[in-house]
Amino acid sequence: MWKGGPDPRCLLLTYIVRRLLVAIPTLLGVATVIFSLLRLLPGDPAITIAGPTATPETIVNIRHQLGLDQPVWQQYLGFLGRLLRGDLGISTRTGAPVVQEIFTRAPFTAVLAVTSLVLAIAIGVLAGVVAATRRNTGADLGISGGAVFGVSMPTYWLGLMLIVVFAVHLRVLPAAGADAGALSLVLPAITLALFSMGLVARQTRSAMLEVLGQDYVRTARAKGAGRSAVLVRHALRNALLPIVTTIGLQFGALLGGAVLTESVFAWPGVGRLLVDSISSRDYPVVQGVVLLLSLAFIAINLLTDLVYAYVDPRIRYS
Amino acid sequence: MSIPVSATADPPEIAAEVALASQPRSRVWARLRTHPSAMVGFGILAVYVLASFLGPLVFRYDPIHQNLADAYLPISPAHPLGTDDLGRDELVRLLFGARYTLVLGFAAVAIGVGIGVPVGAISGYFGGWVDLLGQRVTDILLAFPNILLALALVATLGVGLQNVIISVGITSIPVFVRLVRASALSVRELPYVEAGRALGVPSLVILLRHVVPNSLAPVIVQASLQLGAAILIAAGLGFLGLGVQSPTPEWGTMLGQSRGYIFSDANLATFPGLAIFGAVLAFNLVGDGLRDALDPRLQ
Repeated sequence: MWKGGPDPRCLLLTYIVRRLLVAIPTLLGVATVIFSLLRLLPGDPAITIAGPTATPETIVNIRHQLGLDQPVWQQYLGFLGRLLRGDLGISTRTGAPVVQEIFTRAPFTAVLAVTSLVLAIAIGVLAGVVAATRRNTGADLGISGGAVFGVSMPTYWLGLMLIVVFAVHLRVLPAAGADAGALSLVLPAITLALFSMGLVARQTRSAMLEVLGQDYVRTARAKGAGRSAVLVRHALRNALLPIVTTIGLQFGALLGGAVLTESVFAWPGVGRLLVDSISSRDYPVVQGVVLLLSLAFIAINLLTDLVYAYVDPRIRYS
Repeated sequence: MSIPVSATADPPEIAAEVALASQPRSRVWARLRTHPSAMVGFGILAVYVLASFLGPLVFRYDPIHQNLADAYLPISPAHPLGTDDLGRDELVRLLFGARYTLVLGFAAVAIGVGIGVPVGAISGYFGGWVDLLGQRVTDILLAFPNILLALALVATLGVGLQNVIISVGITSIPVFVRLVRASALSVRELPYVEAGRALGVPSLVILLRHVVPNSLAPVIVQASLQLGAAILIAAGLGFLGLGVQSPTPEWGTMLGQSRGYIFSDANLATFPGLAIFGAVLAFNLVGDGLRDALDPRLQ
């Protein structure tokens, strides 16, 4: 029961509000970086975007469309104003609003990233716990070695190799696209998950090793608590903090990794949209996708911090 | 901090900074020599470096010159890994590629260390608005998933070796800022540093003689791990066609171009990827070994 002092729930609320406020300058900074990208293009961005065969009228049109004929401060304020209204401009490639382009693709990236995250957490945490409890055995060596391999593997290469084995030779899974439902998700999800799986396994192993050496774990064992109860209730629960941090950071890494994985498997998400847009110099879409993925990343980091504060009673919300 | 403490700044490395100051370097080397994975890592790197210099003396093919009559040759004594779509020897291209990969990795991490270490040291040591500014900028860089920032930068700067190095280098700055700042914060409070300050030792001297050397151990560990990450990202850019441009034999670019032939000649995809994997693995293993050798808590 809570006795005296400020209400802890109130403190948590203050903490959340404070964290949200701190995120504002970061958001503004991200928007500024994204705004600058187009302006930092060498030479005249309108000419670059229009391509070598463009007529002078096209270039003038593009310049006007992107607002490049206005003073920079006006462009910047206009950019921020449109962002607040959720207006990311028009794709120079398709003529459709960027928001629409992104939102038809975002669900694909979300499904891929979440599936991979679940895979990475489930297998990574399990493998890490097994390695820690069987320290210096063959199982530990295998898992630790596998984890280093996982974090060193170029995902784009792994994806190609999986395509060669399962789509070309065995012909059991589709090589590309998202037309075969859940089946088409298998290879991309495994490919994207491997790196995070390795990191989660490594972090879980070291966090568990640290906790397993603590007095309270020895006490729990001594009082006769069952093996799995000690592992889950006493050890894993206390090892959870660094694992939560790793998982939070990994979700961001997954969003970045999705760019490469989607490209390998022709998965119709925002990552592939980004790569296609860079190749066709469709800068409004490039800006939009980078902004969206960064926003998602910031939101996830915020969420991780909050989960962290919730999981660890030692963290004071001050 | 608006971003959770990164996985790279967790207690083992913070502890490691105390280690270097208190133990002779020979002990670190002794531990490293008996660390199996570190030795495997060093071994792989030695093979890469040797092969990239000696290999082209054995297999005297031009890595760039096309010879369409020899396209898609299978594995044979004359071409140990076969030839590519333009009739170039795959092994020779990989051997030359090792140089680009190593240069890319080291140059990018040099940018990260060169900017990240001073910024982190100044930010942590002086505190106040300098720290606030440094940390907000770092937050902004960290708000982009790393490959995304590199992609956005390359989209702006353009492709090619130099721009890839700059882009990947910028993405590796924030890790070092955070690492050195954390160390500077603790060093600032040490009695002998305070004493030095009271005696009027210039800040620059304290920074160079105490703050930076104290963060050396975690920076070395992180630099090794960051080399692996930089190589992965640079090759990823190449894979997407946004890195070092062909005909330069860069592994990521070679892998990206092999995608067109994975149904007919999967070798062309297998070997460049294996080469990237080996390099990244080597730096990760060395990084792990360095961490263990520098962390007294694990002994």
